[in-house]
Amino acid sequence: MKFISKFSSRTVVMPTTDIDTDQIIPARFLTTTSKEGLGRYVFHDLRFNADGSEKQNFVLNTPAAQGCGILVGGHNFGCGSSREHAPWALLDYGIRAVVSTAIADIFKTNSLKNGLIPVVVDQVTHETLLQNPGMELTIDLEARSLTLANGRSVEFPVGGFARYCLLAGIDQLGYLQQHLNSIARFEESRSWTP
Amino acid sequence: MNQRKTLFDKVWNDHIVVAETADTPAVLYIDLHIIHEVTTPQAFSVLRDHKLPVRRPDLVLATLDHSTPTTPVSTFKDLAVVSEGALNQISQMEKNCAEFGIDLLGFDSANRGIVHVIGPELGATQPGKTIVCGDSHTSTHGAFGALAFGIGTTEVGHVLATQSLLQRKPKTFAINVDGTLPAGVTAKDLILAIIGMIGVDGGTGHVIEYRGDAITALDMEARMTICNMSIEAGARAGMIAPDATTYEYLNGLPRAPQADEWDAAVSRWRELCTDEGARFDKAITISATDLQPMVTFGTNPGMVVGINDAVPDNLSDPSFRKALDYMQIEVGKPMTGYDIDIVFIGSCTNSRLSDLQQAADVVAGRKIADGVRMLVVPGSQQIKKAAEDLGLDKIFMQAGAEWRESGCSMCIGMNGDTAGKGQLTVSTSNRNFEGRQGVGARTILASPMTAAASAIAGKVADPREYL
Repeated sequence: MKFISKFSSRTVVMPTTDIDTDQIIPARFLTTTSKEGLGRYVFHDLRFNADGSEKQNFVLNTPAAQGCGILVGGHNFGCGSSREHAPWALLDYGIRAVVSTAIADIFKTNSLKNGLIPVVVDQVTHETLLQNPGMELTIDLEARSLTLANGRSVEFPVGGFARYCLLAGIDQLGYLQQHLNSIARFEESRSWTP
Repeated sequence: MNQRKTLFDKVWNDHIVVAETADTPAVLYIDLHIIHEVTTPQAFSVLRDHKLPVRRPDLVLATLDHSTPTTPVSTFKDLAVVSEGALNQISQMEKNCAEFGIDLLGFDSANRGIVHVIGPELGATQPGKTIVCGDSHTSTHGAFGALAFGIGTTEVGHVLATQSLLQRKPKTFAINVDGTLPAGVTAKDLILAIIGMIGVDGGTGHVIEYRGDAITALDMEARMTICNMSIEAGARAGMIAPDATTYEYLNGLPRAPQADEWDAAVSRWRELCTDEGARFDKAITISATDLQPMVTFGTNPGMVVGINDAVPDNLSDPSFRKALDYMQIEVGKPMTGYDIDIVFIGSCTNSRLSDLQQAADVVAGRKIADGVRMLVVPGSQQIKKAAEDLGLDKIFMQAGAEWRESGCSMCIGMNGDTAGKGQLTVSTSNRNFEGRQGVGARTILASPMTAAASAIAGKVADPREYL
């Protein structure tokens, strides 16, 4: 996996609260057996009219949003289903980090497994970001920091293990496999069997 | 240190292969892995790429539900799958299961159905188990005192390969429900009221334990409805301590412990309750007694109101305004009276026999309103047959409803069962997100009784007027 721990990009802002995974990628696009190429479906029904033309007033379609790699979303971003297609689609579209005051559990876990950085910030910082779309931010996963255009930095929480795996390029499946002996011992020593 | 443990603590502790540390998450053993066609193909590809077998195919329960058609046919060979993609996904699932030695409850199986319906129905879902599935409504199985939660596809691969997951221990949240549910008010109304109270992020990072007289009075199907929607409050899982109701439900089911193992299992299950005085990270108490049927008015399950109450005014919040614009709902007046287009009875929330029975009781001897389409989609082929044995299919069809094969159907709308742009659906499912049931489709979540009453009235209706 190509993963760059520190990067800078402008933000695109979607202030709506509770942006769910059905918004991020509608269910009818989940009939795929691959992870690739899902970017074209990101926010599909907000982005496109029924005839396939772009909705001009949707933020991702505006000229200012082109090339933005950081999505600032409203509170409780990514709620809803467990579809990993949501982070796959965002990454394929070019989004590398999502910033909000709260990010739903399963979406957060799925994101970290794929190198999409979930950044939870305080309300004051969030409000600043919502009010200033297009701000150039720097996200540094190693330092767990988000730096605003004015130089102010805030620290964000991120699971140490997920962070370590991303930074060191460690495959979590490989890590689990190192414990296969313990797993076998656990299976043998249980007082009951499922 | 407080040695008194919650139900969650007990199940968690019983499955730790490697304890968590400051730097590393726990390795948690998984007892039952339920898989379906939509969130697994990429996981099987990883196994294939790494030349790995499925570690415990005997602990995998596989079926087809999400993208499968529910149109009635005389033979499953005639099923018309919605798209080439969906067809490919289904045949990929059949191929993957065959290749990796997993028994698939496919189109030819009388036990096929929605993942969260067939696990309990077969007795595979049991107290004290850890259960995962690439589907957020896996929380359903917590109704049996299992620790059950939804996972992403990468994690599906981890479980297939190692029967384990890397997990951080979540926090605990007690929701005590006192009192008694009044007539016409169901588990669905209770869980909608709870989500309205704590919010769609109220459970984030937590495992909820539902407790109290109103919970223990519920049958297993109602408990499943409660736990099912835990995820709609953002919770990792929902749990209810097993009791005599649980044992009675499981006794004799094909995958439940059999005769010689049954007593030992029950005595183990009896330990699965929260110790007196155990500490939860968070707790609330509510009363069931004053609840009324609940309906949603917005675009998330927390935007909910009593059937006779006025939709609240929170228009100063732009997200609230956007939701009501989408729904074409006005503040200050109740939901009753809005003309509806479709009624959907089904989904892992409300597609079990008691749900169908409650809806049938409302429509029996009546006709659904002109211009309203009503779909009844049983949660499994077993439920379909049981309902037909009771004559429920005829009650629905005589009222003018469509009686379907089992599947997720219009809950997620990826099999072709969808609502059109602007159409208003009263649905017994779990999500009223924008576009969830079709592009531009509008969804009101409700109980099976409220949905059935609305089908008769042709508009959102109070089921208590039809009892």
